[in-house]
Amino acid sequence: MKSYPISIKPFGERAVLVEWPGEVSESILADILDFMDAFKELKISGWEMSVAYNSLTMVYNQDHIDFEETKNMILECHEKQAKSKTERIQHLWTLPVCYDLEFGMDIEEASKTLGLSVKELIEQHTSHQYVVYGIGFLPGFMYLGGLPTSLEIPRRAEPRLKVQKGSVGLASKQTGIYPQDSPGGWNIIGNCPVNLFDPSKKEPCFVKVGDKIQFESISKAEYKLHKIEGEVGIYEPEKVVLNA
Amino acid sequence: MLKVLKPGLYLTIQDLGRYGYRDIGVPISGAMDVESVKKANLLLENDENDAVLEITMTGPTLQFDTDTYISLSGAHIVATLNNEPIDNYTVIKVEKGDILSYGRLEKGFRGYLAVKGGFQSKKVLNSRSQFFPVTKTARVKDGDEIPYTETKDYEPKISEVKIEEHFEINKLKVYKGPEFSLLSDTQLTEIFAKPFTISKENNRMAYQLSELITGHSHSMLTSGTLPGTIQLTPAGRMIILMKDGQTTGGYPRILQLSEESISVLAQKKYGDELKFKLV
Repeated sequence: MKSYPISIKPFGERAVLVEWPGEVSESILADILDFMDAFKELKISGWEMSVAYNSLTMVYNQDHIDFEETKNMILECHEKQAKSKTERIQHLWTLPVCYDLEFGMDIEEASKTLGLSVKELIEQHTSHQYVVYGIGFLPGFMYLGGLPTSLEIPRRAEPRLKVQKGSVGLASKQTGIYPQDSPGGWNIIGNCPVNLFDPSKKEPCFVKVGDKIQFESISKAEYKLHKIEGEVGIYEPEKVVLNA
Repeated sequence: MLKVLKPGLYLTIQDLGRYGYRDIGVPISGAMDVESVKKANLLLENDENDAVLEITMTGPTLQFDTDTYISLSGAHIVATLNNEPIDNYTVIKVEKGDILSYGRLEKGFRGYLAVKGGFQSKKVLNSRSQFFPVTKTARVKDGDEIPYTETKDYEPKISEVKIEEHFEINKLKVYKGPEFSLLSDTQLTEIFAKPFTISKENNRMAYQLSELITGHSHSMLTSGTLPGTIQLTPAGRMIILMKDGQTTGGYPRILQLSEESISVLAQKKYGDELKFKLV
């Protein structure tokens, strides 16, 4: 696989922004993840890296950095990366969503706008795999790509002051889950009972950038069961290894 | 324990921040005015990352239940220990039962209270900085008890320092942000020629500026943001992200504050004026 060209920009006193071509693409994401693996191999402590779609923000927590020096180090790493690809384990997670009107307060209106029945909307939302292109905005919030164009709907004209934790929403090219109560302008079509961010765990967020998500429609009874299982800590969402 | 009799406007426990979890969307958090915290901790010969209380505008009333030493820093808020006035940047001995209370805000916006050895609240993801829902609570409330360890005999190496305060500074040093090149000549003039005032929308997450500049219609893919990142909304609003700011954003990042300037801005409040200086 070829490597994409990158550009490196200074970002304050201790960070740089590395950018790949400005598209939402799985092969660009794979290239970014390859770069991160190659950089981690260098074992330079103190660097934090976070991905969002086509960019990687690299922050050196220990000190201010020299931009030119950092840029050269990154370019060198990017060059080497093309030669030695590392194996990564990625997962496909099946996340249950209850699309009942109790949770999906906008699902009827959204269906109407999209010219679909509620059933068709659910079928389409659950029949695709969504790629995790980044985690940000809120702890555990996943930026998901791959929404079918038939489900693209504008944000609500007026954002809600409080969207409930677990709410599953649609907004233009995106779908996603609110990992906590938050203000928000997305069209809410259901709720996912899985806790996406748990700071008491060693890895507070089980999903990794590059993983895939598929939603599964569940009943209200199953929702309640998963919610209780989650609270007592015995619920594990279903996963399969993608690149085994 | 330090017993909170009254929390004041907005009281939080902060160290220098929560590092290493940006990739799962966890903000850095930590003290807004790092410079002031480092000085308060230094006076007590604490680690610079030891947890302090961050006081916003109106101070709390607090009672100590064991002997220790404290130092105050940051905003000038009239403070008294058992009704005797005390100053910022001095090492003060406190005894069991002593009551620390605060009065009028004179200068700045955020004050700090450091205790010998630092406050010992529970660490979550390697930091004591309060940020909900990473920590169970967003701030210190009425009746809370904050642990610290007893110190009976301590000979401070320095008992007070003269500090050059940064309250009077109103020029913020900025670097070019990743999307700086999108700015038109008109926008550049608007940003650097005139002063801005701080809007009512200012908190630990972000400071918004009251004056709008010329807007834009540039759309971009969501990308990383840092404390000090200045975003420009399509309507021409400048939003300066602070310590609890989100880790990603979709508005052009036109400027980036120097770290020193984040501490300066942390002492500004609604209606205060500021200017930008490109470095």
